[in-house]
Amino acid sequence: MSRELEFLSKQVAFGRISRRNFLGRAAALGVTAVSANALLSSAVRAAGPMKGGTIKVGIEGGSTTDTMDPALSTNNTSTMLLRLWGEPLVELGPNNSLEGRVAESWSGSADASVWTFKIRPDITFSNGKTVTAEDVKATMERHSGEDTKSGALGIMRSIKSMKAEGNDFIVELADPNADLPYLMTDYHLIIQPNGGKDDPNAAIGTGPYVIKSSEPGVRFVAEKNPNHWDSSQGHVDTVEMIVINDDTARVAALQSGQVDMIDRVPPRTAKLVSRAPGITVYSKSGPGHYVFIMRCDAAPFDNSDLRMALKYGINRQEMVDKILFGYGSLGNDTPINASYPLFTPVEQREYDPDKAAFHFKKSGHEGPVLLRTSDNSFPGAPDASALFQQSLDKAGIALEIKREPNDGYWSEVWNKQPFCTSYWSGRPVQDQMFSTAYLSTADWNDTAFKNEQFDQLLVAARGELDDAKRKQMYTDMSEILRNDGGLICPMFNDFVDGVSDKVGGWDEKTSGFGLMNLYAPVKTWVAG
Amino acid sequence: MGVALKLVAQRFALGLLLLFLVSVLIFVGTLILPGDVAQSILGQSATPEALANLRRDLGLNEPALARYLSWLGGVFHGDLGTALTSGQDIATTLGRRLGNTLFLAFWAAVISVPLAIFLGLLAVRYRDRWPDKLISAVTLASISIPEFLIGYVLMYFVGVKLGWAPTVATIYDGMSIWQKLQTIALPVAVLTLVVLAHMMRMTRAAILNVMQSAYIETAELKGLTTFKVIWRHAFPNSIAPIVNVVMLNLAYLVVGVVVVEVVFTYPGMGQYLVDHVSKRDLPVVQACGLVFAGVYIGLNMVADIVSILSNPRLRHPK
Repeated sequence: MSRELEFLSKQVAFGRISRRNFLGRAAALGVTAVSANALLSSAVRAAGPMKGGTIKVGIEGGSTTDTMDPALSTNNTSTMLLRLWGEPLVELGPNNSLEGRVAESWSGSADASVWTFKIRPDITFSNGKTVTAEDVKATMERHSGEDTKSGALGIMRSIKSMKAEGNDFIVELADPNADLPYLMTDYHLIIQPNGGKDDPNAAIGTGPYVIKSSEPGVRFVAEKNPNHWDSSQGHVDTVEMIVINDDTARVAALQSGQVDMIDRVPPRTAKLVSRAPGITVYSKSGPGHYVFIMRCDAAPFDNSDLRMALKYGINRQEMVDKILFGYGSLGNDTPINASYPLFTPVEQREYDPDKAAFHFKKSGHEGPVLLRTSDNSFPGAPDASALFQQSLDKAGIALEIKREPNDGYWSEVWNKQPFCTSYWSGRPVQDQMFSTAYLSTADWNDTAFKNEQFDQLLVAARGELDDAKRKQMYTDMSEILRNDGGLICPMFNDFVDGVSDKVGGWDEKTSGFGLMNLYAPVKTWVAG
Repeated sequence: MGVALKLVAQRFALGLLLLFLVSVLIFVGTLILPGDVAQSILGQSATPEALANLRRDLGLNEPALARYLSWLGGVFHGDLGTALTSGQDIATTLGRRLGNTLFLAFWAAVISVPLAIFLGLLAVRYRDRWPDKLISAVTLASISIPEFLIGYVLMYFVGVKLGWAPTVATIYDGMSIWQKLQTIALPVAVLTLVVLAHMMRMTRAAILNVMQSAYIETAELKGLTTFKVIWRHAFPNSIAPIVNVVMLNLAYLVVGVVVVEVVFTYPGMGQYLVDHVSKRDLPVVQACGLVFAGVYIGLNMVADIVSILSNPRLRHPK
């Protein structure tokens, strides 16, 4: 890399020349836009964060029916809002590592059944009250127990007892679980004063920002919390979130400079958007995946050969190319991909009409197979269903597609009808993903998958502290699921974000959701 | 005068009865929709326990009739209740949203109604010549294109390419009136284009109808200019059908702007209603339904009364 280019990139970092200007000069020096961009972002990071200014986020998912209660948070908008004013005990760091937020450090007993979280001393809530282990305990209590409405209840069920001792919060589990700290990164589990029992909607927490104005489904304004303990976060003075649910409107808002970053750039137009001046499109692979789910206890999908026939009859590459427009990766009929910490690749299943026809014949099933789909089950689901229909047709299998209304899809079709389209946003660790959706007794076992060996392996892996052995166990489980399960997973979707060049400090390596795991406004700054 | 008063009273009573029927319809309709508010709030993350707890807290275990009657009782006391999903007071939130919707509708009406009538008069003045044909072609084209498409086209060219107006029309407290007007420029333009054709065509047709009359010929023979004939003699006599269509379009500006609100992220009633329908938040849906129905019935009532009062034959029935 030439010295001149390095000099130029520093100039951009200090705001002396524009990014566009830089890319032009880099091209003149014979450097591709991709490597010039990479050089640039590292130079900007090295220059360090700039303080002050306003970042505006155009975000999808918010609704006028949202509340500020972390327990009831269900969408991107409310999760990003939680990340502004609050913090969990532990949060995901780069490459699936963990970093302490409200907890300074944590340790497990030798058998991973008792966990102790040391609460960071002398940090305060935005109302001035000091955070204690009692507050943490109260928070966890509010998300567990018979009376809760919390979306985190599934995680909390494994906890046998909790106690607060001095500065320590101690959790005792019914069964050992080496992944407990990962479970504490769940976005619902924001630490609130007295657990939010007094007023769950108060939006008082330990986060780097304080909510100043809140109009659910429309707009939120947050200002810097001057007493936040972590100086590596919260660079801008004001964060403004504008809910823009319409894809085209969101992209237009970014292009016209009304917002500085947006999430969910539609894959169909992402290439066009990335060519616009002053905008960079970041695509990040994650654990989210689009699925076709067959219920293993309902006819005709209770037949393992029929399931296998359908798994061979789907053209995964075609789906990634035509539904995700390349912004994604191939699925392999297991919910696990390389974004999980203990992942080992399993042989990729390919589209094979002959094998599909063979298994279909063997299953003895006759006539068409009925698939239900809707627009909101995942973006492009009806189109993906039509592609599936065509690829199955080559194997002599007839697929009948029934279009269901968006409204009521999650209550009437998903987890009820034998075969439908759906999506999973994934989980940070294998154990959580498997326990949420593939354990025989799981609430959201949407494929009605019941396999004793799988269940035993899952419980055994939780208590296994040897990473190599655990890795093998998870590989075996993926293998069982892939061969016997009701899940057809053709693709993992990338998170595609659009970001203005005005924003500095973008980190593509952050694990978790899009927009830097929804921490973008907290961790980036205005680069001028 | 007595006749007119009696007429207004009659219409008003009929309007109230209609409102009541509308509320029954909305209630039954929302009950028929699949899934309930608890399921909709928790969505894909619903566990049986969480569902049961939420249903109990929201009072969904009460029979439907009891829930309707308690709601109706509240409305008669001026209490619209609280939203099931967010627990916010409906009257407060709804009031703000309605204010926003009326703000947008007001400015769209201020521009579109005079413009439509003026264009209609102009079209009559130059009937079958190029100004008439041009006005008709442009307005008919704009009414035929779906409004979201007009929205996107304006957004792209005026907002993104030229940078003249913001593409996101989110208005909020603390903006000055000028900032607000600038913010809503694009949605107002779209709404104007959408409602213009209907009103303009009606004005043109109604006036042309009157232009066949003998007294117009008299006026022409008196030597008045064509425009003066239209303005002084033809227009007052065709006011009834024009008011009718203007009122219909005003009602549309209030109740039919959901698409424009979504495209421009405008915080009005439409988006508010849609969000709550998809969550099955019955009290809010009921309240919005009542407001929409009230606006619609009210404006139609005004149109009826105006057309009766402007017609001497209807004003003094034999």
